[in-house]
Amino acid sequence: MSKAINIRNLSLYYGKAKALKEVTLDIEANKSTAFIGPSGCGKSTLLRCLNRLNDLIEGVKIEGEITISGTNIYDPSIDLTNLRRNVGMVFQKSNPFPLSIYENIAYGLKIAGIKDKSKLDHVVEKSLKGAALWDEVKDRLNESAYGLSGGQQQRLCIARAIAVEPTILLMDEPCSALDPIATAKVEELIKELKKDYTIVIVTHNMQQASRVSDYTAFMFLGELIEFDETKTIFMNPSIQQTNDYISGRFG
Amino acid sequence: MKKYFKDGSTYVWLTGAMASLSMLLVAGLFLLIFYYGFSTFWQSNVATVKLKDGSYISGEFKKEGKNYNDEDTIQLKIGNRDLYGLDFRWFTKKNIDSVSYDKELLLVERNEWGVFYGFPKELQIGNESIIYERDKDRFYQILEQKLKFKKTVVMKIEDLEHKISKINYNLKNLDLERKSSTLERKEEIENEVLLIEEKYQVLEKRLFEQADKLKNIKLRLYTSDGLEKTLTLENIERYLKPNSLSILGKIGLYFSKIWEFVSDEPRESNTEGGVFPAIFGTVLMVLIMSIVVLPLGVIAAVYLNEYAKPGKFLNLVRICVNNLAGVPSIVFGVFGLGFFIYGIGGTLDQLFFSDALPSPTFGTGGILWASLTLALLTVPVVIVSTEEGLNAVPKGIRDGSLALGSTKWETLKNIIIPSAMPGILTGLILAIARATGEVAPLMITGVVKLAPSMPIDSFFPYLHFERKFMHLGFHIYDVGFQSPNSEAALPMVFSTTLLLILIVITLNLTAILLRNRLKKKYKGMI
Ligand SMILES: Nc1ncnc2c1ncn2[C@@H]1O[C@H](COP(=O)(O)OP(=O)(O)O)[C@@H](O)[C@H]1O
Ligand SMILES: [Mg+2]
Repeated sequence: MSKAINIRNLSLYYGKAKALKEVTLDIEANKSTAFIGPSGCGKSTLLRCLNRLNDLIEGVKIEGEITISGTNIYDPSIDLTNLRRNVGMVFQKSNPFPLSIYENIAYGLKIAGIKDKSKLDHVVEKSLKGAALWDEVKDRLNESAYGLSGGQQQRLCIARAIAVEPTILLMDEPCSALDPIATAKVEELIKELKKDYTIVIVTHNMQQASRVSDYTAFMFLGELIEFDETKTIFMNPSIQQTNDYISGRFG
Repeated sequence: MKKYFKDGSTYVWLTGAMASLSMLLVAGLFLLIFYYGFSTFWQSNVATVKLKDGSYISGEFKKEGKNYNDEDTIQLKIGNRDLYGLDFRWFTKKNIDSVSYDKELLLVERNEWGVFYGFPKELQIGNESIIYERDKDRFYQILEQKLKFKKTVVMKIEDLEHKISKINYNLKNLDLERKSSTLERKEEIENEVLLIEEKYQVLEKRLFEQADKLKNIKLRLYTSDGLEKTLTLENIERYLKPNSLSILGKIGLYFSKIWEFVSDEPRESNTEGGVFPAIFGTVLMVLIMSIVVLPLGVIAAVYLNEYAKPGKFLNLVRICVNNLAGVPSIVFGVFGLGFFIYGIGGTLDQLFFSDALPSPTFGTGGILWASLTLALLTVPVVIVSTEEGLNAVPKGIRDGSLALGSTKWETLKNIIIPSAMPGILTGLILAIARATGEVAPLMITGVVKLAPSMPIDSFFPYLHFERKFMHLGFHIYDVGFQSPNSEAALPMVFSTTLLLILIVITLNLTAILLRNRLKKKYKGMI
């Protein structure tokens, strides 16, 4: 089994508050892994460690190690730009840039220095198709991204993330702001994307976790309580706490 | 009753009343300025007043009042300052016997002594003479013809003057070169100077010839009380018969006067003519200021908001920036004088313009220094609004850009600063509004009553940052409160004020429209 991401003894402090407590976890390549747990247990924090988005927050201290494809991403010599290009991210609240649909997708490439128009056109089309958005927007690529509906905006953000060809895709509650129909579409998309990407998804919604993920990690108060195949976690958890949460006794 | 106070409707009334009161005051002020500003250009009929003592006098009725005996009085603009000494006179109404509006009365606008009200008598061209009473049509025909002729002559004169100023410019340059050149070169320069001076003499002679042509054409007039006056064509700007103008003619005249006001140079120590140089100076100064203040303020705000380490020190800096906006503008003027003019200007002079010393080039007030001083004065506003704009950009958008691998700087440049543009423009609007109306700091950094030349002209390097300039705000102060003939200048004060307000409104409106367009673009970016 190939492990894409290895997290070893990871602890994170926001100032003095310890938000992650010695988390150790291996995430498998080309599978989807879900983080579940009650609000504030550190799911987003853990996710944002994987592309070092926590670095910019004032007073954050990180201990432990994360390796992706064998390299320690907290090594000082690591190139953040390369790391983040390899580890794409989709956020809880869709966050398109105040640009046209086309420019939103092309942004990551342009930053990477690609200026060739035909190459950009090709990638924009491919990414939008990959995000199942192409048919809906192909006639209005030059219009503002803010003209899209919430679900479309979120799929645009997914397209934007896959445009730079990452191998890992992080998703922080990507459907929590969407209506059921848009949610179904995005979930469909995630199942599709699983074939090509290693997906790590944070979700609040247990059904969603069971629908889209192969593995599930249950977290509580900054600790990783249990990690196993999704089937096992939902049918036959080995820890009582997990069982309580799954069956809705708390959280 | 208690309940009545408690539910707060009294306070709603009070706040509403206060708001309406302020609106009313502002509206009143605008109305006043608009009324007086625009009515200045309307030509009213010119009355000929017969007084009870049998004398006559002509003029335009201006306003009514009461004297110390509580008798009704009326003010007449009598013009003819060269004959009467003053432009305005009050008459007690009971002393007036009758008022008539003579169709043949002539109003002549002159380039000295103000307007002349009187009746035509004779037109003299060299030895030829045309008597008005004998052939009125021919009299006006010839006068019209001669005024057209004057226009061509004036054009020639302006052309000659331009050539002469070019020669002066060359002479000045040679003069500077001579100071710092070898002996041989000096001789060459001497010869060149001689040649140029010869040309100068020729041009000057031709100039005088042209001017003489105008002096030889004379218009003889007499006033309603029988005094005679001879004007040469040189003095006459235009003439009109106010009492025989049709309403259409008056409307045409109205607009041509407005046009003259905004496009002409001032005459008669600024109380007549136009204010074009002041408009030009004001707008140019505001533009230079904007070009300087915008990058300065935005860069400072980006640093404070994005890069500086938050803490006590940063808060202190912010407080200082905010307080800077409250420093009296004259203090900035003094700072500008000391720092820009004496400090930087003086150094520049010593380094690059030492040939011209002791007469200063940059070491004296000028449009650049005035603009920079105003930029300093307005930079806090731009900083504060830019910071607000930057803070209003949602955090998610930053994270989104960073997560795609762009650096902090790329994110700022490509996403954050463009999204903060509405805020930045708001700052610029406020800066422009403040700078356009500011006069005090300009008075010590380069504004003058009458600038000899514009800051932009056809001589290299075309843009003369070191030149002194005119400004509408200062114009109002100067014409209204520093001129010896303030009553005659009053209309000018109102129209200049109106113009200044209109310019501020236009500049603001442009920026506001721009901002709204941008806002629309970023509308969905909650
Ligand atoms: N930027 C931050 N600064 C300080 N504390 C934070 C910050 N972000 C999150 N936290 C805290 O860290 C804990 C974990 O937060 P988070 O990872 O967002 O939880 P989850 O995503 O599981 O709801 C919470 O207690 C939260 O208050
Ligand atoms: Mg979260």
